[in-house]
Amino acid sequence: MEWNYKNEDKLLTITLKEEIDHHTVEKIRRKIDNEIQRYMPKKVVFDFNYVNFMDSAGIGLLIGRYKITNMLRRNFRNKEYNYKCKKNIGDVRCAKNYTNSKREDCGKSRRK
Amino acid sequence: MSNICENEMKLEFTSKSNNEAFARITVAAFASQLDPTIEELADIKTAVSEAVTNCIIHAYEGKEGIIKILCQVFAGSIQIEISDTGKGIEDIETAKQPLYTSKPNLERSGMGFTIMESFMDEMKVESIVGLGTKVTMKKIIKKE
Repeated sequence: MEWNYKNEDKLLTITLKEEIDHHTVEKIRRKIDNEIQRYMPKKVVFDFNYVNFMDSAGIGLLIGRYKITNMLRRNFRNKEYNYKCKKNIGDVRCAKNYTNSKREDCGKSRRK
Repeated sequence: MSNICENEMKLEFTSKSNNEAFARITVAAFASQLDPTIEELADIKTAVSEAVTNCIIHAYEGKEGIIKILCQVFAGSIQIEISDTGKGIEDIETAKQPLYTSKPNLERSGMGFTIMESFMDEMKVESIVGLGTKVTMKKIIKKE
């Protein structure tokens, strides 16, 4: 994982790498939270271009960071992602948009 | 589609989180004999990772236990059975609901079963409280 902070824009870009699963997510979570608390950025951008694998642990990580940045009234954005985590990023969007909609709607678009 | 098993593989490992990558890579390597696309292989890897993570977090709750995987290759499909002897699931239907998690404090997304269900073609969950859980998934590998 790498991060880049631009002071003039108060923009923190976090570049995630390799594999995101339940085993690796603990370390990543701690690092990201440290960086958010250290810089207190206005915007947090996640770059998934170098992620080879991601499961629901990655979705939990994103939802958690979304809640934190929301609490701090910061902006949160998923930058780019490759086809390897495209499906799972769809689940994050679904979870973010989930308010009063039916739970059954989640994941249905991909079901055959 | 043929019901005759053409090849079979069994895997047993302890419920340690660093075995998640080992499990999904091994199953993907075994599935590669069906000549799947990269996307089909990624679907299998993700579904296996979800099932194994469930065994570690929910079935054994971080304690040591054994996770068993049985893979069977049929003509044009692969069946993967992932079982544990952990605490079992009380209400399978609730557990399968998207965004439902019994451990919200662990920052889980609650999307495990939804991902397994949508990435694979068939999924069946059998569980007995106190005895364990078995998840059976099937993926059809399309031939061009």
